[in-house]
Amino acid sequence: MSKQTLIPIGPYHPLQEEPELFKLFCDGEIVKDIKWETGYNHRGIEKLSESKTYEQVFFLVERICGICSTSHPFAFANAVEEIVGCEITDRAKYIRSFIGELERIHSHLLWVGLAGHFLGYNTVFMWAWKYREPILDLFEMITGNRNSYAMFKVGGVRRDIENSKIPVIRKTLSDFKKKNDLLTGAVMDDPVIHARTKGVGILTKQDIIDYAAVGPTARASGVAVDVRKDDPYAAYPLVNWKVITAEAGDVFAKAQVRLLEMYESISIIEQCVSGLEKTKEGDVNVVVKEIPEGYGAGRAEAPRGEVFHFVVSDGSNSPVRHKIRAPSYVNIATFKKACIGQTISDATISLAAVDPCYCCTERLAVAYDQKTGSRIMNGKELIDLSTARTSELKKNISEKK
Amino acid sequence: MNSEKIIEKFRENFKADVIEVVKKSDKRVVITIRPDAILKVAEYMYKTAGLRFIIASALHTRRGFEIHYHFSKDEIGLVLNIHVILDKENPQIESLSNMFNASNWIEREMHELFGINFLNHPNQEKLISEGNWAEGVYPYRKEFK
Repeated sequence: MSKQTLIPIGPYHPLQEEPELFKLFCDGEIVKDIKWETGYNHRGIEKLSESKTYEQVFFLVERICGICSTSHPFAFANAVEEIVGCEITDRAKYIRSFIGELERIHSHLLWVGLAGHFLGYNTVFMWAWKYREPILDLFEMITGNRNSYAMFKVGGVRRDIENSKIPVIRKTLSDFKKKNDLLTGAVMDDPVIHARTKGVGILTKQDIIDYAAVGPTARASGVAVDVRKDDPYAAYPLVNWKVITAEAGDVFAKAQVRLLEMYESISIIEQCVSGLEKTKEGDVNVVVKEIPEGYGAGRAEAPRGEVFHFVVSDGSNSPVRHKIRAPSYVNIATFKKACIGQTISDATISLAAVDPCYCCTERLAVAYDQKTGSRIMNGKELIDLSTARTSELKKNISEKK
Repeated sequence: MNSEKIIEKFRENFKADVIEVVKKSDKRVVITIRPDAILKVAEYMYKTAGLRFIIASALHTRRGFEIHYHFSKDEIGLVLNIHVILDKENPQIESLSNMFNASNWIEREMHELFGINFLNHPNQEKLISEGNWAEGVYPYRKEFK
């Protein structure tokens, strides 16, 4: 049997800035097996939720993820409203979808930027994050926060979007659309990005079904699962849009799905804004007096895929059980399929391709030989390794020309 | 195929194992079955009816331990819960992880938080509290007076 080297990435992922530990078992540069450890950041949110009132749970679940912070309150609201059996107003529906889609744009831009950074392609990183700023400014104008917007409540939304803000929203969106054209063109037509991402980290349709993966990870492998279409909620049945899919299942296909999805999000937001003009200002709430006994399953399509909340109520003012399934829970497990057989430098982008939730601070990664204990590799070296590969490819491509 | 047809076919196939069917709406159905039928029911759901496994939720109630296996029929937006009630003292059920990988982690999690034993699980190790939690203490269990 050949000698295998253990390369741990973590406990704090140096690139994704997330507390988890990947153990890559490598033969030479090829990843032969991968193991995963988590729980470093387990906050017991499901249990905490049982000690909070329904109103408070919204603020709690908003803090599960710092990037897609609205998707959890979205799913929780859907679950509780299913127990109550109430229908929210059209204006509240438009506002909910508006916030959800704006969040999708900023989350996808964040991923595209980081993916560029991992590949050693910092121009993409700087572009994507620069264009993300006006989106966050828009959030600040509407909700008061760049992130964690606290917009949702049972029976509607906490704040209205005044019609006087609509011209600014339209202007920001049309400016962003032009910039997104530039960014999409830069990523989709770049030979270096093609060389680094095409055929890398492939997930087949069967892998997706086996691991029950969701979101862009599934859609990039040709599985058109999207809760917004399948089990429509909020304003999604009221607007026109299409589900973006790709067939290849590699990292490039995932990038392609996310980039094209942003155009759909812009279109949905524009239609929601038109919807706001047709509805009465301030009509964003229905009164819900108490939550009856029962259970509800709420779903929402977060930027990373389906968020699922299962809430059990006994008629009191707190849930007796609150199960939460974030999309990364099923998507991360596909790493085993995506990384084995690849080189270490490709494994880094394959690990990042499902867009796992980012949190916490950057820490050190150490790589050592399982037997001798020598050789230490930190986060910067891991980036350097990936960057070096890109420069090598760049050189090869320019030589061919 | 709508939810009515799915329920009808399910009843035909598993007459002896179904305890209760609750249809809340066209998109939300809960079917309570006998725990020992879980393997064949899940196989039917996953392979024959083509449902996607979303996740499983464990509950600790006065009746004992309960698990809702949430399946989704994406074409019609149906969430179908397969509900089982397990023994109070010795909660155990067959693992689904040999059929599909999607249930691997959640079964490990339910084992560690509720102490439910999953028979024939390929790797029933702790998922989130390895090395920093006492053995045999299950944090999500409740105490009923």
